[in-house]
Amino acid sequence: MSIADTIAYWRYRLVPDHIVGEILAKRWIDNAIPFTILIVVLVGFGVAVPDFLSIGSMTALTRQLGEFGLVVIAMTIVMLAGGIDLSVGSVLALANITALAMMNIFGLPVGAAFVITLAVGAAVGLVNGLLIGYLRLRAFLTTLVTLIIVRSIVDMLLLKYAVQISAGFVDSDLWEFIGDGKIAQVPFSFALFIGIAIVVHLVLSRTRPGWHLMAVGGSRRSAHNVGIHVRRTVCLTYVVSGTLAALAGFLFAARLGGAGSDTGIGLEITVLTAAVLGGNSLGGGRGSAAKAALGAITVMIIINGLVRVGAGSGANSLILGLILLAAVAIDVRWLKNRHKVLAKVYVSPAFRRLPDPPSTERGSASPYALNDRLHDVSVIGLGEIDGPEDVILDENDHIYAGTRTGDIVRFFAPDYSQQEVFAHVGGRPLGMAFARDGALICCIGGMGLYRIAPDRQISKLTDETNRTPFSVVDDARLRLADDLDIAPDGRIFFSEATIRYEMHEWPVDGLESRGNGRIICYDPGMDTTRTILRNLNFPNGICMTHDGESFLFAETWSCSVSRYYFGGPKAGTVETVIPALPGYPDNINRASDGTYWLALVGIRTPSLDLALRMPGFRRRMARRVAPDEWLFPNINTGCIVRFDERGRILDVLWDFGGNNHPMITSMREHRGHLYIGGILNNRIGRLPLPDADPHWTGPQSYWGGK
Amino acid sequence: MFGVANLTQERIVLALALGLTTVFSIALPGFLTAENLLSLVRSVSVLGILGIAMALVVIGRGIDLSLVAVMAVSLAWTLHMVATGVPLAVALALGLAFCLLAGIITGFLIAYVEIPAIFATLAMGTFIYGFGRYFLITLDVVYLPDAARSIVWIGSGSFLGIPVPVLVFGGVCLLGALFLRYVKAGRYVRAIGDNLLAARITGIPVRPIIVMQYALSGLIGFVAGLVTATSVASMNIRVANSTFVYDVILVVVLGGIGLSGGKGGVRNVIVGTLLIGVLINGMTIMDVQYTVQNVIKSLILLAAIVADTIINPRDEQTAQQGDI
Repeated sequence: MSIADTIAYWRYRLVPDHIVGEILAKRWIDNAIPFTILIVVLVGFGVAVPDFLSIGSMTALTRQLGEFGLVVIAMTIVMLAGGIDLSVGSVLALANITALAMMNIFGLPVGAAFVITLAVGAAVGLVNGLLIGYLRLRAFLTTLVTLIIVRSIVDMLLLKYAVQISAGFVDSDLWEFIGDGKIAQVPFSFALFIGIAIVVHLVLSRTRPGWHLMAVGGSRRSAHNVGIHVRRTVCLTYVVSGTLAALAGFLFAARLGGAGSDTGIGLEITVLTAAVLGGNSLGGGRGSAAKAALGAITVMIIINGLVRVGAGSGANSLILGLILLAAVAIDVRWLKNRHKVLAKVYVSPAFRRLPDPPSTERGSASPYALNDRLHDVSVIGLGEIDGPEDVILDENDHIYAGTRTGDIVRFFAPDYSQQEVFAHVGGRPLGMAFARDGALICCIGGMGLYRIAPDRQISKLTDETNRTPFSVVDDARLRLADDLDIAPDGRIFFSEATIRYEMHEWPVDGLESRGNGRIICYDPGMDTTRTILRNLNFPNGICMTHDGESFLFAETWSCSVSRYYFGGPKAGTVETVIPALPGYPDNINRASDGTYWLALVGIRTPSLDLALRMPGFRRRMARRVAPDEWLFPNINTGCIVRFDERGRILDVLWDFGGNNHPMITSMREHRGHLYIGGILNNRIGRLPLPDADPHWTGPQSYWGGK
Repeated sequence: MFGVANLTQERIVLALALGLTTVFSIALPGFLTAENLLSLVRSVSVLGILGIAMALVVIGRGIDLSLVAVMAVSLAWTLHMVATGVPLAVALALGLAFCLLAGIITGFLIAYVEIPAIFATLAMGTFIYGFGRYFLITLDVVYLPDAARSIVWIGSGSFLGIPVPVLVFGGVCLLGALFLRYVKAGRYVRAIGDNLLAARITGIPVRPIIVMQYALSGLIGFVAGLVTATSVASMNIRVANSTFVYDVILVVVLGGIGLSGGKGGVRNVIVGTLLIGVLINGMTIMDVQYTVQNVIKSLILLAAIVADTIINPRDEQTAQQGDI
C-alpha cells in the first residue's frame, strides 16, 4: 500500500465516524437540547446565586416542583393526544379551595377530603373531555372557556368561604406530612411527582391505553381508521389531566393552607412553557413523561432563580420570555433539521482495498473467462414469482422459493407449472435449508430465523442475539438474517448481512464497506443464540463443508469466500478460501461431486473498486448527491461459479447479456439439474448438468438417505 | 329564511344578540335608549378594535397572544415619554414604531424560525411586558400627562353626538374589511389561512405576508391603546398579565372566525362584539356580580361553539393534524 493509502486506512480505522450517525438515530437524542438547556440554567444560576445549589434551597425548590411537575404531566398527557388543557390553573385553584373547605370548615378526615378533591378535578376534566372528545369542540377554546368559568366559580367560593377557611384549623399529622413531610430527605410532593412520572412513563410506553393515546396524537385519522376509540381516548386524557391538576391543588392546600385569589393565575402559561420546553410537541404524538419532568425542572429553576437573583417583576418576565423563545427556537430548528443531518452523516464510509480482480476476458485462459452457458436455461414460474432470493428442493422434487410478498411458494414436480403458497411468513424470506426432520428453516429479512414444519406450522426460532458491549446501535435485534446452514449436530449457523441498515438499503452498506455484518449460531437444543463472528463485510451465503466441523461463508463486499471452523483442532479460526473474486458473492451450496456452487450477484467495476479506496470521496457523495445518483455495485450481470475447498475454480457459468438471470443470488443442484434464483428476478432458472450425478439431492447429502 | 345548512355560527350569534336586545328592551327600563346604546357600543369599542387585529391574524391561521401586552407597553411608554418632555408627535411616532417592531419580530419568529404562533406570541407577550416594565417605564400605571391633553378627544370626545371611540371602531372595521377584500395582501392572508402549502406553491410570498399580519396586528393594537389611554387618562400595563387577551379571542371566535384560519371576516367580529356588549350592558343594568357575568359570558360562548360544532361537524378524515 502507498503511504497515502496507509494513512487513509488508519484514519478510517481509528476514528469512529459512524458513531455520530448512530447517536443521532437514537430516540433519546430528542432530549439532548432540553437537557442541555437544563444544565446551562442550573450552572448559570448556581454561579449567579451563592447558595442556590444548597440542600435547603433545593428542598424549597423541589417542594414547589412536585406540584408544578404534576400539572406539567397533566398538560403533557393532553398534548400527547393532540389537545391542550388551559384550565389546569383554575382546576388547581378549585381543588385548593375544595380541599381547604373540606378540611378547615367541614372537618372531614384527610382521606375523604382527598377523594372529594380529586373527584372535583376529574369532574371538570370530564366536562372538558365530553366537550372535546365526544362533541369534538376545539380544545384551545373549550379549555379557555372552562378556565374562565372555573376561575369565576373559585372567585365566588372565595367570597363566601375565605374568612371561614382562614379561621379554621386542622389538627392532623397526615395533613401536616403531606404538606411538609419528607420521604428519605425528599419532600413528599416531589417524591409523589417522581412516582407518578414513572407510572405515566410506564403506561405510555408499555401499555395498550398508552399506545392508543400516542397513536391518536400521532395521527388521529389513522388511529380512527385502525379502530382505536379516538373519542374515548381523548376524553380520558382530560379526565386524567383534571385529576392530576386537582392532586397538585391538594398538595398546594396542604403546603400553604391558604386560599388566595391569585392561586394558579397564569399557571397554564408556565405549564405550557415547561411542557414545550421539555420537548413535547404542540399538536401531539411526540413527548414523554421524562420530557415533561425535564421541562418542569428547567422552568421551575428559572422562575426560582430569577426571584433569588432579585430581578424585579419586569426583568423576571423579560428573561423568562427570552429563554423561552431561545429554547423553543432551538428545539424547533433541531427537530426540523435532525433528520436532514442524520441523512447526511449516517453513511460513514470506511477504507477498503480489494485485491485486483481476476480477468474475465472471453477466450482467455482465466478460469472466469466469459461464456454464455446460462443463455439456454429453461425458466419456471416466469412472471408469476416475485424475487426468489433462494430456491430449495425437497426429496419429492418440489421447489420452494421465498418471494418479496412474504410468501414461501411451492412449485410442484414434475413440470413445475403449478404452484401454491406453501406458507405465508411475512417479512422477506431469504436463505433456506431443510433440517434433519424435514422442516424448512428460513432466514427472514426484518424478522429473524423461522422454522416451517412439513405441516406448514410456522414457529420463530430466534429473533435476537447477545448485544455487543458498548455498541451504540442496538444490535440485539436481528435486522437482516440472510442465509443459513445446519451443522450435523443440529446447530444453525446464519449470517446477518448488516446491523446498520434495513433490508432495502443493502447497496448503501456496500457503499460504506465498513464491515457491519456478523455470523450467529442458534442452538436448538439449548435455545440460545450467540454471535460468533463480528465485523464481517456483508456476510451472505453459508454452506457446511463435508467434514462436519466447518462452514464456508461469502463476504459480498469483500469479494471473498472464507471458511470458519466451529469444531475439530482448528475450532474458532477463519481461513480465506478465495481471496479475490471478479464479482460479489452471494449464496454457496453443495454440488454433487463434493465441490461447491457459488452465486455472484454482480460484477466488480474499476470505478467502485477505486472509490472503495477513497472514503472521503464516498462520504462527499453520500452528503451532496441524491441517493439515486450514487455509485452502486453493478448487478446487471450474473454468474455461477463452482469451486472446491482449496479455492480452485472448476467451472463458471455466465449470462453475459443478462437476458435470463441478470442478478443471481442462489443456485441449488438437484438430480442433475441446477435451479437458479435471483432476488430481483421474476423467474427460477433450470439448467441441466450433463456430468452431474442424476440422483444426488441436497437433503440426502446432508442427512443421508431415508 | 335560513335552512339549517345556512345556520352559521355568525347567524346564530346575531340572532342571539338580537334576541337578547329584544328581551332586555322589554324587561329592562332604560336599555333601549340612544344614550345607553351608544355607551354600550362605546364600552366594547376597544374590545372590538383589538378583535379586528386578532381576526386578521386568526384568518391567516395564527393567533396573537401578545396583542394586549404590545398595546399596553407601547402606550405606557408613549405617555411616559411625553411626561418626561418628549414632544407628543415624536412620542406617538416612537410608540407606533415600537408596536410595528414588536409585530415584525413576532412575525419573524413565526414565519422564519417556525415557532408555533401560539407559543411565540405567548413568549413575546411575556418578553414585551418584561422589557417595558424594566427598561421603558418605572411604574405599572402611567397617567396621561398635561402635555398630551391635545389627544384626549380620541377617547373622550364625540362627533355629531357619536363618541369618537365608536367612530374609531367603525373606521378600523371599515379599513379592515377593505383590506381583506380589495388589497392583494389581504387576499393573500386569507389564502394562507385557508391552505398554507397551497398558497406557497401558488407563489404567494407566505413568510413576508405572515410577518405583515403581526405588524398590522401591532399597529391596530396601538390604535386600541390610544383609545384606552385617552378615555381613562392612564395606562396600566398590568393589563398585559390579565385575561383580557382571552376576551379578545372570545369576541373573534364568538363571531364565527375559525381558529384553523381562512374563514370569516370583519362582520363576524362586529357580531361577536355586539353580543358581548349587549350582555355586559344588560347584566350591568341588572346589577349582576362581575364573576357571575364572567360565567354567563363563558357559558354563552360555550353554547355558540357547541352549536357551531353540531351544525358544522368536523370530519375525522379531513381534520387537520395538530389543529387545536
